[in-house]
Amino acid sequence: MSERPLTEHIPTDGSALSLKDYERVGGYAAVRTALGGLQPADVTQCVKDAGLRGRGGAGFPTGVKWALVPMGPEAAKPKYLVVNADEMEPGTFKDRWLLEGNPHQLIEGIILASFAIQAEISYIFLRGEYTVAQERIEHALHEAYEAGYLGENILGSGFNLGTYLHMSIGRYICGEETALLNALEGKRATPRTKPPFPQISGLWGKPTIVNNVETLCNIPHIINKGADWYKSVSKTPNGGTKLYGVSGKVKKPGLWELPLGATVGELMDLAGGMRDGLALRGIIPGGASTDFLGPEHLELQMDFDTVPKAGSRMGTGTMIILDDKTCPVGMIRNLTQFFSQESCGWCTPCRDGLPWLEKTLAAIDEGSGVPDDINHLKRHVKLLGPGMTFCALAPGAMAPLGSALTRFAEDFERHIREKRCPWKN
Amino acid sequence: MAIIYIDGKPLETQDGQNLLEACIELGLNVPYFCWHPALGSVGACRQCAVKQYRDENDKQGRLVMSCMTLVTDGMRISVDESESKDFRANIIDWMMTNHPHDCPVCDEGGECHLQDMTLMTGHNYRTYRFKKKTYVNQNLGPFINHEMNRCIQCYRCVRYYKDYAGGHDLDAFASHNHVYFGRHEDGVLESEFSGNLVEVCPTGVFTDKTLKEHFTRRWDYTTAPSVCVHCALGCNITPGERYGKLRRIRNRYNRSVNGYFLCDRGRYGYEFVNSDKRPKAPLKRQMIDGKPVHVPMTRDEALSEIGKFFSNGSKAIGIGSPRASLEANFALRALVGAENFYLGLSKADGKLLSAVLEIVLSGPARQPSLGELKDHDAVLILGEDMTNVAPIAALNIRQSVNNQPRANAKAMGIPEWNDLPVRRAMDTDRGPLFIASVAPTRLDDVATQTFHATPDGIASLGFAIANFIDPQSPAANVSGEVRALAQQIATALQSAQKPLVVSGPSCRSEAVIQAAANIAWALCRKAKPAGIYFAAPESNSVGLGLFGGANIENAAEALRKGGADTLVVLENDLYRRVPAALVDELLSLAKHVLVVDHQYSATAQKAEYVLPGATFAEGDGTLVNNIGRAQRMMQVFNPEGEITESWRWLRRLRAASGKGREDEWISFDSFLHALVAEIPAFSHILDAAPTAAFRVGGLKIPRQSHRYSGRTAMKANVAVSETGVTADPDSPMSFSMEGFSMMTPAALMSSFWTPGWNSAQSITRFQEEVNGPLEGGDPGVRLIEPQPDSAVPYFDAVETNESHDAAWTALPLYHIYGSEELSASSPAVAELSPKPYAMLHSDDARARGLLDGDAVTVKIDGQEISTSLKTNDTMARGVVCLPAGLEDAPYIEFPAAAEILRSVTS
Ligand SMILES: Cc1cc2nc3c(=O)[nH]c(=O)nc-3n(C[C@H](O)[C@H](O)[C@H](O)COP(=O)(O)O)c2cc1C
Ligand code: SF4
Ligand code: SF4
Ligand code: SF4
Ligand code: FES
Repeated sequence: MSERPLTEHIPTDGSALSLKDYERVGGYAAVRTALGGLQPADVTQCVKDAGLRGRGGAGFPTGVKWALVPMGPEAAKPKYLVVNADEMEPGTFKDRWLLEGNPHQLIEGIILASFAIQAEISYIFLRGEYTVAQERIEHALHEAYEAGYLGENILGSGFNLGTYLHMSIGRYICGEETALLNALEGKRATPRTKPPFPQISGLWGKPTIVNNVETLCNIPHIINKGADWYKSVSKTPNGGTKLYGVSGKVKKPGLWELPLGATVGELMDLAGGMRDGLALRGIIPGGASTDFLGPEHLELQMDFDTVPKAGSRMGTGTMIILDDKTCPVGMIRNLTQFFSQESCGWCTPCRDGLPWLEKTLAAIDEGSGVPDDINHLKRHVKLLGPGMTFCALAPGAMAPLGSALTRFAEDFERHIREKRCPWKN
Repeated sequence: MAIIYIDGKPLETQDGQNLLEACIELGLNVPYFCWHPALGSVGACRQCAVKQYRDENDKQGRLVMSCMTLVTDGMRISVDESESKDFRANIIDWMMTNHPHDCPVCDEGGECHLQDMTLMTGHNYRTYRFKKKTYVNQNLGPFINHEMNRCIQCYRCVRYYKDYAGGHDLDAFASHNHVYFGRHEDGVLESEFSGNLVEVCPTGVFTDKTLKEHFTRRWDYTTAPSVCVHCALGCNITPGERYGKLRRIRNRYNRSVNGYFLCDRGRYGYEFVNSDKRPKAPLKRQMIDGKPVHVPMTRDEALSEIGKFFSNGSKAIGIGSPRASLEANFALRALVGAENFYLGLSKADGKLLSAVLEIVLSGPARQPSLGELKDHDAVLILGEDMTNVAPIAALNIRQSVNNQPRANAKAMGIPEWNDLPVRRAMDTDRGPLFIASVAPTRLDDVATQTFHATPDGIASLGFAIANFIDPQSPAANVSGEVRALAQQIATALQSAQKPLVVSGPSCRSEAVIQAAANIAWALCRKAKPAGIYFAAPESNSVGLGLFGGANIENAAEALRKGGADTLVVLENDLYRRVPAALVDELLSLAKHVLVVDHQYSATAQKAEYVLPGATFAEGDGTLVNNIGRAQRMMQVFNPEGEITESWRWLRRLRAASGKGREDEWISFDSFLHALVAEIPAFSHILDAAPTAAFRVGGLKIPRQSHRYSGRTAMKANVAVSETGVTADPDSPMSFSMEGFSMMTPAALMSSFWTPGWNSAQSITRFQEEVNGPLEGGDPGVRLIEPQPDSAVPYFDAVETNESHDAAWTALPLYHIYGSEELSASSPAVAELSPKPYAMLHSDDARARGLLDGDAVTVKIDGQEISTSLKTNDTMARGVVCLPAGLEDAPYIEFPAAAEILRSVTS
């Protein structure tokens, strides 16, 4: 069995690790090391060396991001660290496991990251529906403050950090890091202009780092065991393990911590394969906003550099499986309906383009599609692609649609030809 | 300067600009929605997409939003390339998915930026085949009509209303394609600048509600460049007329004055022009059935009858007016003789005005123009609620607090036009603005510190500040707390690059005005080029003041002395200026009373003769604004009946009396020359606009657009033959569509149209650069410049007397809606005028057992005013504030000693 640093201690009964339990298995040792003698830059360097790439979906190298934060006495104050725990990407449920099972691991990651960028204040921005995680984080924060891991002069080091939990109101766009910052400020959750990036002008205009939950949970282990160890647990040059998930009509949908670079096939095996009588037709590899892969991709390694070579992205590493008895048009319609509803309404192509697509897909699905609809869909895939819209939501929405139009072209055409959905009799 | 390549052509652009601005300055047609010259770029609409190439070998390129792309030397872009064109056409396609196709019934039609952009992008056929969504509209009060279905979600309205104008009650609600722009519930928009939504919104969502009552399409107006008459700032406006009715007021861009915006008093106060109570023919009072009645007479009857009163040997007293043009005042002065000409001001008003003029004429501090207010980086306001007295000045001072955060953002590498991050810097940071006033003001929300005190208290603070800056400036006797505040303010002003001191007459205190001067002068003498800015009460207060002359009380004395039979009152309702008893006496002392006015005022109603004057829209004239900027108003349309400019009536009377020749001053220009020859202080007004002889290509400048419709039919109910064009001897403009409508000098520009640009957004096509002056320079001339080396001594500090006896000091509070005479009679403005009230500090009220809402009687000078009590937690103590100038409210000479009694309820 490979190493599972992030999840090995999470109780299997669904409860959370308490502070005592966490300390017993080595918890907060990394904080003691860092605050007990490391320079902030040492922490950042170590994370850089470990090759950790962000687990929020884009895979940006974490150490590189931190290094962009202005440091030294001249730097603007206060600086902020924000944890992106919004996890609303369809098919994605990995952060929840970490949040509910081992909140202290996240808090330790927060302290280390805050120390590295010398942030005084951090926020955990949590998905509104994650009420179990909410309770557990609140409890863990309380414990951490009591134990002196948070607050003034942490462990006598002179480093101060306040950490606050903020519940999201429940919009997908709040997961986009700059919209998240607006939401935290109490403004409309629309994304911000970049540049300036949050590292320079983030929360309330001050230097800010936004990291995903899973990203931060890796930090204590990197500090404890070093960059080399971190790289050794991965099958790729980017270090670490990854939480992978499989959902859809497989025998055992689930979530596993595996070395980064596990193959699609390995994951399908862990999920027990397709349910009886069903065959694999398509795979959305990393949450809803990635392109379809297919049965030909079982050997594909799931990592940041390999998946793009197959025309998709690793995203959040949580796959959604399409079987041969589920209508792909219906699936795309469902996803597009989601993205359309979740558009923040800031930019024209996404705000007005997605509802149009949603209506077109509904028409096709319900048997009132016209042949030109296909061209219309294809045009939109281009027009809502990267660079055309203000943020990545719309291009994300185009990933499954665009790939489905190629991969399942015949299904779309058949709906229009037969003026009905062949899966609904 | 940066050279960029657009579609292969090397072109010059300015450093630091964004690509959209560069394209606009180059005259290219790049469509846009969310960008606005005053609001900057946010990249929301995606309409301004163009192709950018890495280098000459890059054939692929990538789409960029031009408004979000910094111009860099050597950059290569294409506007014509097909992918970007296709994308731009698609933006319209998307916007149209829910936009109703109701142009024919939409008030925006014909001057709609969405129509223009639709044509520009070439979007022709609608491909959307599903149902549109609809919204419920809101009632936003008397000024603004709301039709949300037309919204294309460009976010301009909320960015203007909240970020720029500081409003709180307009917002974007909901999300995805249900975003809704409106209030949280129906209700009157609170901002005094809401009317600008009409021009900021690129579609027909927000339109002029008053215009709806008498709607006219853009191309059907007769327009001319004009100047707002509803306060002293002199914002530039374009009034529009059709069928003899003034239909609306639009902003006329002038960078040195109002820029892109007007206040709601200025935009919606115009309907007094259309009032059917106005005199339209000369009137003579006769007794009919024992009652005095005004009966119309012909022009000739009037001139021969009234002219006699001015013939040689007879003496007449003339009372001028701060709301009449320079020309009208001068014509009156010429008719009655300088020695018999009195400024139409009370003694107290005259004293305050002279105090201001003395300061700006002799002191070292310069008065910034209205437009320049935005550039100051530390502002102190002494004793004014600018929003209610000088509205656009308040809007511009509101911008000044953003200069510091803007500079901070710039230091972080964020260009000024990159609005979202710049606004973020403004969220947590603000430049210094200190406001000392009697009661809370509408700028307090952005103030660093406010200070509420009596006028003496405010003046003392001012003297203390000046003394901190320059110990030569006399010290004031103030408490430790006030000293600390004074020091804080002095430090902020001294650390600024461009400090500004703002004051005015609203406190009714010379000391406040003089304290402001001491501060500005102290800064100047410490090598800090401070600006000084005084609010003034009326559209031509400063112009009138420059004539010099005595006041209404002096006129009464002169009449009492005897020898003068006739009293001429020019565009002035004396009942608004001095106590009624004095006016009654004045009117009874004179044998003949003549009023020349466009309003049938209380004074006019009592006159023996009334001559129907022209409003700003019906005549030519010059107004001098609060800082001494002379600006020409051009006649917009020919009024009904015998209405004509007051100066023309007075000229006619002069001729009829035998004092002047029949053909004297027959042209406006010859009249102006006479004025200037007599009063050299006005010599520059000749440069305020071209003379009547001016031509472009040998032709006059048309007041009507080339699309003006129906002119052969519009008077068909009278005669089927087309009526001739009325000649205009006074200006180089014609009352018709004929003429040369291009290359018009800015002072003659009223309609900014160029092919493809029919909406208010066309203005950028007429600016020398984005946000720059109009091509050829902003119209208007400054008559007052500072004396940089002036050695005028500082003013002495006041002795504060904070202890008050049983009496209260009554002070006025001015209201943007209601306190100004002309706008107050426009129905939409009248609807928002406050009900009379008396306002006390809550503790003062409580100490006398009074509560908010109680019915009280305020006794002032023997008058008893029954009103309702308002309380306020922060205003000055010992003071009772009453609304100034409300219709039907009795005249009060502020400051006054007042008694307050609980009204006996029956
Ligand atoms: C529409 C949209 C939704 C997103 N939602 C999430 C989310 O729920 N959680 C998350 O961690 N990142 C989300 N992201 C990615 C974040 O913008 C950001 O890249 C990430 O939080 C950075 O963290 P990392 O560097 O640790 O990966 C989303 C991005 C987009 C465009
Ligand atoms: S693509 Fe535009 S409309 Fe869509 S979520 Fe992003 S900013 Fe909002
Ligand atoms: S109401 Fe007008 S200004 Fe506001 S978003 Fe809609 S179209 Fe733009
Ligand atoms: S600020 Fe004064 S001059 Fe300007 S529009 Fe308003 S009332 Fe008119
Ligand atoms: S004008 Fe550039 S995106 Fe709107």
